[in-house]
Amino acid sequence: MADVSPPKGSGPLARLEARLAWGLLAPTICAVALVVILPLLAIFWISAKPVSLADLRAPEVVIREDLRGDYEAVGDSANIRYRLRNSSQDQPIRGVTLTDTIPAGLEVSSLDQRCTVDGRELFCDLGDWDGGFRENLMIPVTVGQAYLDGGTRPQDNGVTTTGRASSVLTNATFTFENFKRVFDGEEFWSVLWVTLFYTVFGTIGALLFGLFAALLLNKSFRGQGILRGLYLFPYVSPVIAVAFAWVLLFDPFSGSANALLIQMGVTQEAINFFGQRPLALIMVTLFEIWRYFPLSFLFILARMQSIDSDMYEAADMDGASPFQKFWYLSVPQLLGILSVLFLLRFIWTFNKFDDIFLLTGGNAGTRTLTVNVYEQAFAVSNIGAGAAVAVVIFGCLLLFSFFFFRFMSQEEGL
Amino acid sequence: MKQLRYGYVTGPALGILWTFVIALTVAIAMSFATGSAFRPSILGALVWGGVLGILCLPGSKWLPVLGTLVVAGVSLVGLGPIAIGSQIWPVSALIAALATAGFAALGLRIILADVTLGAINRHVFEAAVIRFLTGFGYIFFSAIVLIPFYVMVLTSLKNQAELIQNPLDFSVDLSKGWELFRSYDELFTQFNFGTYLLNSFVISVLTVVITLLFAVPGAYAVARLRFRGRAAFSRSILLIYMVPMIVLALPIYIAFSMFGLRNSLGGIIMIYPVTTIPVALYMLQGYFRGLPAEVEEAGLMDGLSRLKVIWKITLPLSLPAMASVSLYVFMIAWNEFLLAFMLLDDPSKFTLTRGIASLNSSEIPRQHLMAGSVIATVPIMVLFLGLERFMTKGLTAGSVKG
Repeated sequence: MADVSPPKGSGPLARLEARLAWGLLAPTICAVALVVILPLLAIFWISAKPVSLADLRAPEVVIREDLRGDYEAVGDSANIRYRLRNSSQDQPIRGVTLTDTIPAGLEVSSLDQRCTVDGRELFCDLGDWDGGFRENLMIPVTVGQAYLDGGTRPQDNGVTTTGRASSVLTNATFTFENFKRVFDGEEFWSVLWVTLFYTVFGTIGALLFGLFAALLLNKSFRGQGILRGLYLFPYVSPVIAVAFAWVLLFDPFSGSANALLIQMGVTQEAINFFGQRPLALIMVTLFEIWRYFPLSFLFILARMQSIDSDMYEAADMDGASPFQKFWYLSVPQLLGILSVLFLLRFIWTFNKFDDIFLLTGGNAGTRTLTVNVYEQAFAVSNIGAGAAVAVVIFGCLLLFSFFFFRFMSQEEGL
Repeated sequence: MKQLRYGYVTGPALGILWTFVIALTVAIAMSFATGSAFRPSILGALVWGGVLGILCLPGSKWLPVLGTLVVAGVSLVGLGPIAIGSQIWPVSALIAALATAGFAALGLRIILADVTLGAINRHVFEAAVIRFLTGFGYIFFSAIVLIPFYVMVLTSLKNQAELIQNPLDFSVDLSKGWELFRSYDELFTQFNFGTYLLNSFVISVLTVVITLLFAVPGAYAVARLRFRGRAAFSRSILLIYMVPMIVLALPIYIAFSMFGLRNSLGGIIMIYPVTTIPVALYMLQGYFRGLPAEVEEAGLMDGLSRLKVIWKITLPLSLPAMASVSLYVFMIAWNEFLLAFMLLDDPSKFTLTRGIASLNSSEIPRQHLMAGSVIATVPIMVLFLGLERFMTKGLTAGSVKG
């Protein structure tokens, strides 16, 4: 009797399909690996390195060459001068050598003992240099007619130098200093608190505003399309443009908002909205809500329009009041999209950098974790510490996405 | 709540709230339009809003009109819901008074439809509250969205001295003619904004093209082909597009510094598509899944290869999705700030956003900053309003990063 059980494993067609799939995905995987995975690994590496902004360029030999002395006639003696310097103040360079071509018409008269001349080729072995090393190397020469006839000057042909310098990025020095710096002291906890406040209130605010706006537009009337387009403006316009518009609007000296408040008698003197402590944090959170409510609004509106209207008709028959319909029908129907949006927006708000950076630059108690990365790496010039903060952010992100995927598997609302 | 459900309570209560909202709106609008002093008066709104709330209850046609005229009149003498400063041009004062009274009465008339003077049932009461909230919502959202853009555009048309003298005065002196657009002219002639505009445009278009080249085959593979690790791949795309840019920007900055790619538009074009590929892939695969597989299978049966199927069947069917993904990717690339800010230092190679950032200094007048912002905002707005339908569909089709 023939075997009638289903085939096991993958057949040739399935293998072909899988091969094609990987082939189609390969470019994306390569690109993402290069620009996302590699930098992520690099961040972990750098976070354990004592590296500052100045260390990014490996130490190198800096050289200037010229001809010194009187050299008007044949037989005059002069010096080819090489001014040599280690570009780094503290990193050594090992095995420095120098190779140059002596121009025609210049005869080397005596030679530094580290150098040799082969034909017109000058070669010097300059040994190891400490950080901050500098030297003037003189090669005495006698001037010949060929040089005076307009031969090339010494500095006209290039000098090649070699030397091995270990960059702090690639050597084997590791340190926990960066993480210690990050977690030490009051600052970290205040940064974390600011981040949480910004993230939680920014997310909830954007969701509530989005829900309100979606309720407003969940009916068809003339001009609905225009209003919907209008309400998306904050989201689609460049962040830098709207952030500066806000800064200008709330400027303490020439801002319209202050002028308006003073005129209406709400306040006596101008308020520095983005410059004083609890207010600045509230303002950047409001900006976040303002900028991202359109996104929640779009998603919620899309979900609302897919709710069956039968249910509302049934509720009408049963005599439910408008608020009851909202609370007992709409809200449960929207709960799925609301919670997915909450998780997504929570993660993205947590990751937000540009908004706060442009509004306050992280001053006046608005420094979140992401702004702290920039602050440490570029303002304090401590790349290692910045990377350590980035690692902390990445850790938080993994934690959030764990919850996100646990939740998403039940709630494929998006 | 029960005590509220009497027409003589609901009417005045909503009347007060609505009148105050209208008075505040008109005051802000008039202040922004004329620069003169208008402000809402809480006391006036309390008294006259209550009166209007009673007068605008359904019934008489003439009572609301009477109310409008009375409220407008008392506003002009300074006792109404909107306080009009002295030394104000009488026409704008009249407009403010009439607008406040008229919109308050008109709105209340609509809000209080079905509400009677005596006891009202829950439905009527809640419907009235909802109508009030709806009206308030339209005003509120339109105001918060429009004001920053209004300030942006009008600031760019004024000069520093005028701005400091009266920050509220956004009235534009039309007699100046082309002189109004001086800051725009200066940006294009002295600050290189023509180049920046071109740079931004070229970079954005290239980003869209490259992103689609990568994302279309990838999305097709994830949506249609069966292979091991498909689900895991789908998730890792989502995970990758949750990685914050600032975390990646630091190593990218270091690598670019070491390889000399900083300050080159080529480097930017290498990076931008990678930040958008995951989004595009995620959006497209959602759309591809929705396409009927039978059409493609028919193509396969008729002897097309997979790649031909994608080219001849899937792509033509998914043109709307491609449009929305392109629009969205264009928007991301056009608005991108962080990478441009970190990687470009040479003023001849700036993108628009980087160019605007360079205008943010105390030596450059504010209207230049705002003119730059307008230059960056207008193209994306035009594009977006023209293709809004695609955009809203695309955004909700795949969940989208912000």
